[in-house]
Amino acid sequence: MMSIWPELVSSSRCTIPGEPPGCGAVISQQTPCEQASLAQAKVVVENVSKVFVTKRGSLEALENVSLQVNEGQFVCLVGQSGCGKSTLLNIIAGLEKPDCGRVLADGKPVTEPGADRMMMFQESALFPWLNVIENVLFGLKLKPNLTRSERFEAAEFYLRLVGLKKFMHANIHELSGGMKQRVALARALAPHPRVLLMDEPFAALDALTREQLYADIQQIWERQKKTIIFVTHNVREAACLGDRVLVFSRHPGRINEEFVIGLRRPRDINSVDLANYASIITLALKETLVFESRGKPLGQAEVAALSS
Amino acid sequence: MKRFLYALSFFILLVVAWRTAVEAGLWSPVLLPAPESVANYLWSSIADGTLAQATLVTIRRLLVGYSIGLLIGLPLGLLTARFKICEDTIGFLALGLQTLPSVCWVPLTLLWFGQTENAMLFVVVMGSLWSVVIATDNGVRHVPPIYARAARTMGSKRLHIWYAVILPASLPFLVSGMKQGWAFAWRSLMAAEIYVTILTGFGLGQLLHFGRELNAMDQVIGIMFVIVLIGLLVDKILFSPWETFLHRRWGTAGT
Repeated sequence: MMSIWPELVSSSRCTIPGEPPGCGAVISQQTPCEQASLAQAKVVVENVSKVFVTKRGSLEALENVSLQVNEGQFVCLVGQSGCGKSTLLNIIAGLEKPDCGRVLADGKPVTEPGADRMMMFQESALFPWLNVIENVLFGLKLKPNLTRSERFEAAEFYLRLVGLKKFMHANIHELSGGMKQRVALARALAPHPRVLLMDEPFAALDALTREQLYADIQQIWERQKKTIIFVTHNVREAACLGDRVLVFSRHPGRINEEFVIGLRRPRDINSVDLANYASIITLALKETLVFESRGKPLGQAEVAALSS
Repeated sequence: MKRFLYALSFFILLVVAWRTAVEAGLWSPVLLPAPESVANYLWSSIADGTLAQATLVTIRRLLVGYSIGLLIGLPLGLLTARFKICEDTIGFLALGLQTLPSVCWVPLTLLWFGQTENAMLFVVVMGSLWSVVIATDNGVRHVPPIYARAARTMGSKRLHIWYAVILPASLPFLVSGMKQGWAFAWRSLMAAEIYVTILTGFGLGQLLHFGRELNAMDQVIGIMFVIVLIGLLVDKILFSPWETFLHRRWGTAGT
């Protein structure tokens, strides 16, 4: 298989072909762009709605959200907290059920969590009663048809991949926040899922650790050809990691806009080009806020005012 | 080593103070025997085997009763944590009965079982069971839901989640609950042995009781020593390894 990036440029009709834009970053704003064929789609979200009913009333977390993620794509969902992006991820993972609509993974409807879609959380969610390698082995032990030594080899391999083989016998509490997320990543990768669902996995880390992890995750993604759906509220992070960035509005949660990021990889979070992308996406996010409070879209003048 | 020396000198000081109080003759030797007469009693009871015999009887009752308490308490605790209906019924009952000092079971137990081993066991089970139920329940409720979610995405299902995630995740609570259950079992057994004389075996509590009847304070205090010693030993042998493991794995402050 060839590398993901060139394939994406050519398959996505909405992207401006050729060189990625320079300083005056041009971003194509996709209307739900019909990508390739359905056969290529790894994850399909069809008209998913979800309402949370609480004592104080009902909250429309997701309204009629549709989305298609192709094999090997890195898709980022950005939005304000409470916009339903995490809910969408949980539904794709099978941890929650949509009120209506459905999710297909590899063409099959998702009814429950499965090891083909591994999830990573904001807190590492590592098990404190197990040491590092036992944590990584947890998912592997649930895979049948593997011998003990195969499991162990796989666990070691992924710990080496995230650079923590030295710490395989360490206890979880002895690790720093960044190391914990690396172990969590190894644990998620080890059972060899095709899809990785990441729910703000780096939000609780310091800036330097995050930068290191951006580089790592891009490298791992390219090497392992995973399909990644990544939820974040950090626009720069989304622009740095995603092939596509989907902007969510909230109340009700929907996908408002989609951006295709045409930058070469590996991307540096501090690059000027990336900042340009990020500022445009930020603008789109702000629009969703105004939209939320007024209930209708912005006019040209208002967009101009926001961007100045 | 330094800590050991401090501890040693503390206890030597304690014995010296005791000895001085006896010398001063403030109390009659019947009320306060000298340390050496207590030591004498212990030595002679070790020599003639009564102490070993009684200790064996007591420990056996304790271990059997406590194991039954654990075997019933653990699943009950899981049930009360899992099902609302169990929480409202068994959970409520456990909460109530836990507040009941287990000596209160003795009169009823005597009527039901007579002066038998079963009476002893029953009191021990009642003493330990409820705190185990409550600790298990509490432990399960304190497991962060994210553990189960993470396990589910890795393909873990119902039963597997329970024994591979929920149970180990609640270990810190379980161990402290088991320790408390142990303490209650120990207390209730002593109470039962002091009150109930049964012919199938004399335990430490019964030796204590006879000591009182014979006004043999050296025996009473000697047995009390043994009881304390057993409590300490059990703590070190049965629970310390678990606690050390927990401290190491969870990174909580510990020795």
